Amino acid sequence: MDGRINIRELIMKSAGGALHRRADRIVSVFLLLAASISIITSIGIVLTLVTDAAHFFSEVSLRDFFGKNLAPLGSNPSFGVLPLIVGTLASSLLAMIVAVPVGLTAAIYMSEFAPAGLRNTLKPMMEVLAGIPTIVYGFFAYSFVTPMLMKMLPGLEAKNVLSAGLVMGVMIIPMVASLSEDAMNAVPTALREGALALGSTKLEVTLKVVVPAAISGIIASFILGISRAVGETMIVVIASGSSKKLTFDIMQSMQTMTSYIVEFTGGDAGSGTTGYYSLYAVGLLLFIFTLIMNLIAQYISKKYREAY
Amino acid sequence: MANGSGSGKYEKLAIEAPSFQKRTKRRILLDKVAGKLFSLSIFFALAVLCILLYQIVSKSIGWLDFKFLTGNLSMDPYKAGIRGVIIGSVLLMVVVIPVTLLLGVSTAIYLEEYAGKSRLRSIINTNISNLASVPSVIFGLLGLTVFGRLFNLGSSILAGGLTLSLLVLPIVVVASQEAIRAVPGFLRDASYAIGATKWTTVKKVVLPASLPGILTGSILAMSRAIGETAPLVVLGIPTLILRIPNGLLDDFTALPIQIYYWTLDTVLTAEYANLAAATIVVLLVLLFLMNSAAIIIRNKFQKRY
Repeated sequence: MDGRINIRELIMKSAGGALHRRADRIVSVFLLLAASISIITSIGIVLTLVTDAAHFFSEVSLRDFFGKNLAPLGSNPSFGVLPLIVGTLASSLLAMIVAVPVGLTAAIYMSEFAPAGLRNTLKPMMEVLAGIPTIVYGFFAYSFVTPMLMKMLPGLEAKNVLSAGLVMGVMIIPMVASLSEDAMNAVPTALREGALALGSTKLEVTLKVVVPAAISGIIASFILGISRAVGETMIVVIASGSSKKLTFDIMQSMQTMTSYIVEFTGGDAGSGTTGYYSLYAVGLLLFIFTLIMNLIAQYISKKYREAY
Repeated sequence: MANGSGSGKYEKLAIEAPSFQKRTKRRILLDKVAGKLFSLSIFFALAVLCILLYQIVSKSIGWLDFKFLTGNLSMDPYKAGIRGVIIGSVLLMVVVIPVTLLLGVSTAIYLEEYAGKSRLRSIINTNISNLASVPSVIFGLLGLTVFGRLFNLGSSILAGGLTLSLLVLPIVVVASQEAIRAVPGFLRDASYAIGATKWTTVKKVVLPASLPGILTGSILAMSRAIGETAPLVVLGIPTLILRIPNGLLDDFTALPIQIYYWTLDTVLTAEYANLAAATIVVLLVLLFLMNSAAIIIRNKFQKRY
């Protein structure tokens, strides 16, 4: 590293190449500007959300915001987000009930049990599942999963959280599987061989050595999965509908924070109204929610990582 | 009998031996069963994938034809075609591709070649990984406020394209960083040794060597952008546009948006479900082609040093 810089400085000091050096400087300024776009984007997101949410909170008190009445278009509008929070948590919880067991066992299979050849064909196939746009999953949930579930559960509404949550779970399986598998692959083979030499079976090695050693990465993958579910939009918009009633019945329609934002920008709320600003208040809440999840995931995977 | 207690011990062991064998057998059996059970998870996921594809393709049969691909949008499901929708998606990419490539690759070059190990570099890196996990609907709010209202671009192709560019920028940056990092130091040293400046080295040595990796990552980012719906809906794309967009400042509709509206409107007209399915097939074929291109580039041009 040092050697390289010295050679470079030597060349820079030598005669000629002044033009090149100036071009070098201009380019480096341009590159710095490009790199700062990502920072500007982050600042832009925070500023946008905070300034317009501030408008909202100058008209609606925090107490009403965390209330349970949501009727943004009524003659006497109210903006309680409790129904949205319940809807978001219900759909995310359902998604994780599918994604955690299936994703984790799929990761265990690929990392510990599958022969290398099979693994190399299965992995790209899981990536296909991850690459399907969420709008397609939404269509699938609404036009296939809901009608199918209706045959089994007679009370099911045409728009319901159950089907949205389950399909969202399928969408998150590849993410949980691939992140957990990365964590398990990082466990050194020597640990496995040690346990095998003591006479353990593969299953015992997996459950008593590999999974405990990779647990920080595995839990981080679950948290990132929840964060993904909380931020997921199109599946819930299409399959779960826009009921603003506070309910805990997963057979019914519930609105999430994301689908509230999508429903409201559809042109119902004119710019400058309280309803319009409520988008940003809900957006800010969603942003804080997912940011905290991501920070927790980063913290866990860094802090509790076993280093070998 | 002095040895009585001793032989008793051996007897006990001899009695335990079969139970030890039994336990070993059970452990091995459990291991085999668990392996099979774990593999079921993968086959569950793949089975859902197959059902999903089958459902969509079977709904689109009879609807997806040349007339559908080249016709104009219409309220009448038997007359509707998606020419304008495809043009909308293509024009969207005309904005997204140059913007994300220019910004994404420049950012990656700066971080890997210019920033050294500075604090700024770690701040930008952390920032990018956090941006990557911001929900796409939030990017929609950013686009609505900044591009839509502040820059007065409304719900035009330019506003949509810039919003999507910011959304997929982290993917391009991270992929390009990895590609640039994989270029070995001795190539750079050789370039400096013959008198090249830093920028010449980047332009003539680092970029050509990392191009396959950059392209692969960029194509994957584009395939994310082309299927993204939520930010565009938040921008306020009108429900039914019967005009074909002409320029970047025109209103537009794109493949995912049209799928969304047709799916919502199946309540009114059942045939819209078939139109949505046919449009999904077009989108999935497009994604398949893009991903195949990415894989081919990765396998064919990637050099190992």
